[in-house]
Amino acid sequence: MREFGYQRAHDVAGAVALLAADPDARYLGGGTNLVDLMKTGVERPARLVDVRELPLDRVESTTDGGLRIGATVTNSDLAADPDVRRRYPALAQAVLAGASGQLRNMATVGGNLLQRTRCGYFTDLAAPCNKRAPGAGCSAVTGEHHNHAVLGASDHCVAVHPSDMGVALTAFDARISYESPDGPGEAPITDFYLPVSDTPHRETALPPGALITHVTLPAAPVAARSRYRKVRERASYAFAIGSVAAALTVEDGVVREARLALGAVASRPWRARAAEAVLTGAPADGASFAAAADAELAAARPLPHNGYKVTLMRNLVVSVLTELAGEDAR
Amino acid sequence: MAPATSSTSSAITLNINGEKHHLPVDHRTTLLDALRERLDLTGTKKGCDQGQCGACTVLVDQRRAVSCLTLAVAAEGREITTIEGVAEGDELHPVQQAFLDLDGYQCGYCTPGQICSAIAVIEEHAAGRPSAVTEDLSPEAAPQPLTPEEIRERMSGNLCRCGAYVSIVRAVARAAEAHAETRTAGAKETTA
Repeated sequence: MREFGYQRAHDVAGAVALLAADPDARYLGGGTNLVDLMKTGVERPARLVDVRELPLDRVESTTDGGLRIGATVTNSDLAADPDVRRRYPALAQAVLAGASGQLRNMATVGGNLLQRTRCGYFTDLAAPCNKRAPGAGCSAVTGEHHNHAVLGASDHCVAVHPSDMGVALTAFDARISYESPDGPGEAPITDFYLPVSDTPHRETALPPGALITHVTLPAAPVAARSRYRKVRERASYAFAIGSVAAALTVEDGVVREARLALGAVASRPWRARAAEAVLTGAPADGASFAAAADAELAAARPLPHNGYKVTLMRNLVVSVLTELAGEDAR
Repeated sequence: MAPATSSTSSAITLNINGEKHHLPVDHRTTLLDALRERLDLTGTKKGCDQGQCGACTVLVDQRRAVSCLTLAVAAEGREITTIEGVAEGDELHPVQQAFLDLDGYQCGYCTPGQICSAIAVIEEHAAGRPSAVTEDLSPEAAPQPLTPEEIRERMSGNLCRCGAYVSIVRAVARAAEAHAETRTAGAKETTA
């Protein structure tokens, strides 16, 4: 590991100033991903600015009935928060489905959003990887890619985003607020994560040196009836091979509002707007749910070894929506 | 604080099991290596060193954390409890006693991490913090029992290569029962 300096920031402006002065510096949150990547040599910062003591550790209600989540709130505290559990249960479920109890105690909301892919080639310094070394090529396209992207990928990178939390935040139109050396900024989460195109090393719209300060969830009554379901290769403590965050409001057997986001299928949490368009106004039944899933997955371009994901996601969407519609009927 | 003058080591004070330890550390030192290699607290074990196995689990400010992904310098100012600090003198912690009584281990290498994790699991559950298998997430829901399914999910960050899981789940359940009885007894004493 490269030697590095370490400083604790006590206010946001101070933290951002430290990063602005040193392009080789990184913010340190819980360290569950960054420290691991430093051990393998994927990340080689010259300095860490520890942001965990910044006053960004609260979940607060906004005047419009939404939530404002500080960037240093831990995953554990987010999932245990009464307002999250009551108003956005799929978000609590998504967070609880990720990692282990130990890691959730350490990991922060800001760090979760910025965690890197678990594609094995990304962390294997001997393998070409466009995300780690732009222009080197992608080893996964012709290699081991059974858990790689089926939506929105490019020939340059087929890695998936590993966050569970981000999938629920995407379904609920979260906005990401940040402080940069040029001042504050904000982006809807669907713009925050950039498409892969030919620059897979550029993952977010965060300006250089910017620090995520808050995640804001707008009021969303539909979210009170929501669900996150994650499919993985063992029952617990594993990354998703596919996941769904969904919310549904049904009146008189008709879908009034639907929210749907898919995980582990793309380089970013995938908002399923084509599916939502099919669902809205449609009868709340299996045929509509299947049509919605098919509408979204029509754009899927599976690789030789991950075609199963298209079937899996179709079944998962139908199953979760059916469950939510059943709850609604009670 | 200019980058050019940035130092790569610091003199820190770690508060471990109620004792203060002063030591200079290279910033690359993890809390795990500081405990084992510098402070002779070798109860905490190094398994994968990648945050995947849980053998290095300790309590940081009463919350369980993996010490292999915690930088020692970042742990300064926090209250750290290791397996060496969970007993009260010669009296074992109820979780330690339950692991002994019910054979919650085979080789024992993962056991300090299992025990530290289990101590926190019991507290987390008692405080009403949900897990991925908690049926009703609503904060108004009645307290839900710490079922074997709950224990398995909450302990999934602690691997045991010997496969002593069945006994580990029993030991955690036994300790949780004892914990609940103590709490009930305590409540009665207060109301009496």
